[in-house]
Amino acid sequence: MRITEHPILTFERGKELNFTFNGQPMKGFEGETIAAALHAAGVKVLAKSPELHRPRGFYCAIGNCASCQMVVDGEPNVRTCITLLREGMRVETQDGKGKIE
Amino acid sequence: MREVELLIIGSGPAGLCAAISAASSGAKVLVLERSFRPGGQLIKQTHMFFGSESQYASHRGVDIAGILLKKVEEFGDRIEIMLNATAVGFYEDNVVTVLKGEKEYFKIKAKSVICATGAYEKSLAFPNNDLPGIYGAGAVQTLMNVYGVRPGNRVLMVGAGNIGVIVSYQLMQAGIEVVAVLDAAPRIGAYLVHASKLARMGVPILTSHTVKEAIGTDCLEAAIVCEVDDRFRPIPGTEKRYDVDVMCISVGLSPLNELLAMRGVEMKYVAQLSGYVPMRTENCETCIPGIFVAGDASGIEEASSAMAEGYLAGLCAAAKLGHVPADFEQRREAYLKQLNDLRSGPVGDRIRAGMKISQL
Ligand SMILES: Cc1cc2nc3c(=O)[nH]c(=O)nc-3n(C[C@H](O)[C@H](O)[C@H](O)COP(=O)(O)OP(=O)(O)OC[C@H]3O[C@@H](n4cnc5c(N)ncnc54)[C@H](O)[C@@H]3O)c2cc1C
Ligand code: FES
Repeated sequence: MRITEHPILTFERGKELNFTFNGQPMKGFEGETIAAALHAAGVKVLAKSPELHRPRGFYCAIGNCASCQMVVDGEPNVRTCITLLREGMRVETQDGKGKIE
Repeated sequence: MREVELLIIGSGPAGLCAAISAASSGAKVLVLERSFRPGGQLIKQTHMFFGSESQYASHRGVDIAGILLKKVEEFGDRIEIMLNATAVGFYEDNVVTVLKGEKEYFKIKAKSVICATGAYEKSLAFPNNDLPGIYGAGAVQTLMNVYGVRPGNRVLMVGAGNIGVIVSYQLMQAGIEVVAVLDAAPRIGAYLVHASKLARMGVPILTSHTVKEAIGTDCLEAAIVCEVDDRFRPIPGTEKRYDVDVMCISVGLSPLNELLAMRGVEMKYVAQLSGYVPMRTENCETCIPGIFVAGDASGIEEASSAMAEGYLAGLCAAAKLGHVPADFEQRREAYLKQLNDLRSGPVGDRIRAGMKISQL
């Protein structure tokens, strides 16, 4: 789901990176956020809400609303819309408020 | 604890211009930015801007960010931009608490602070409005223009103001189908040039329409829309279903300025400025001396006025810290005149009324 042709923009993608989503191997690019890489791979559900466990995707994409919080390398409540993807990252769906280890 | 002379929160057009202005007077500036990239909303705006020459009209927003960042570099020894750094608290002794990345949490004490935190996109209440696939229009713009990722295949745009219409056009440019743009108001809010571009591409703009509900289990699958009467009540029997995987909400922005409220700055709800805003002087100073506000955080306007306010707030904050340039009064008056010109005309009526109410 990446845009390849565009009349006015060119997208210079960085190096290809490997990461995992709920244990599954995935690929993304350097310079993009975790949420963008997941969306490009077709993953829209990033978390489950704390009370009713309803599915949550991103909403604002500027780090303001907390809708995109996931568990990244064991750390809960990471705003994946403003956090850059890194090689080898372990990204997991967050269910509820998240536990601090 | 780190101590700084002038702390600016936010690196959008307002924050960057404030930094340039204050540093050019001689102040030492630290800018906090929660994103990993400076520039605020500008970085996703690929359309030509309106406005006058002094606000870089006819440049694309993203290029304006580049121009401002070059100027920031010229003051390399006086301006530091700290990225991935979110200001999370603002206390009585002018201590700001900062979360940097996921692990670092520390305090910064500032002699003077300019809050240039911008705005957030409003949400809209309807059943299932929390389904993935329902996104802020600005968020979709970020996804597609900054990262080159398609938000989905078929989009329903809610809101026919400038943002809704511009983002719809940009979706079509990226090869994504926009099935309709709807707005509860009886008239299109966007500038006619933008709206007619969409109409020419065959996208229906449905005025006096709203979203009744969203349908989907894990993600958005369809939207039910209906007509509303002149008091915005849904008219039974007018429901229409659109099978879409994306719905963009573009029903306006609200100023983002909780940090100022936390600090104890006097706030007021001003409908003309789209939400709670700090009371301030003509020089952008709040009721607490040395604490300033600029840009969308002080009321929703445009990038052009955010820049002019940033320059003004930076100039005045630096002057209060003892950095008074020889041409202080000329510069101050020039920025005030720019703001006045930007707020003239019929569109400016609302803003001018809002400014009056929020003036100290
Ligand atoms: C689709 C669209 C089209 C537009 N078209 C035009 C146009 O044609 N002409 C025009 O003049 N204007 C236009 N605008 C409006 C313009 O983009 C905004 O008015 C302008 O960006 C406001 O600038 P700002 O610096 O106040 O805020 P922003 O650009 O929002 O910047 C605020 C910055 O502060 C950061 N921040 C927020 N909170 C914190 C915190 N607690 N800690 C650290 N950092 C924080 C944010 O991450 C952000 O980078 C458009 C906007 C949109 C969305
Ligand atoms: S989508 Fe709002 S914080 Fe990430």
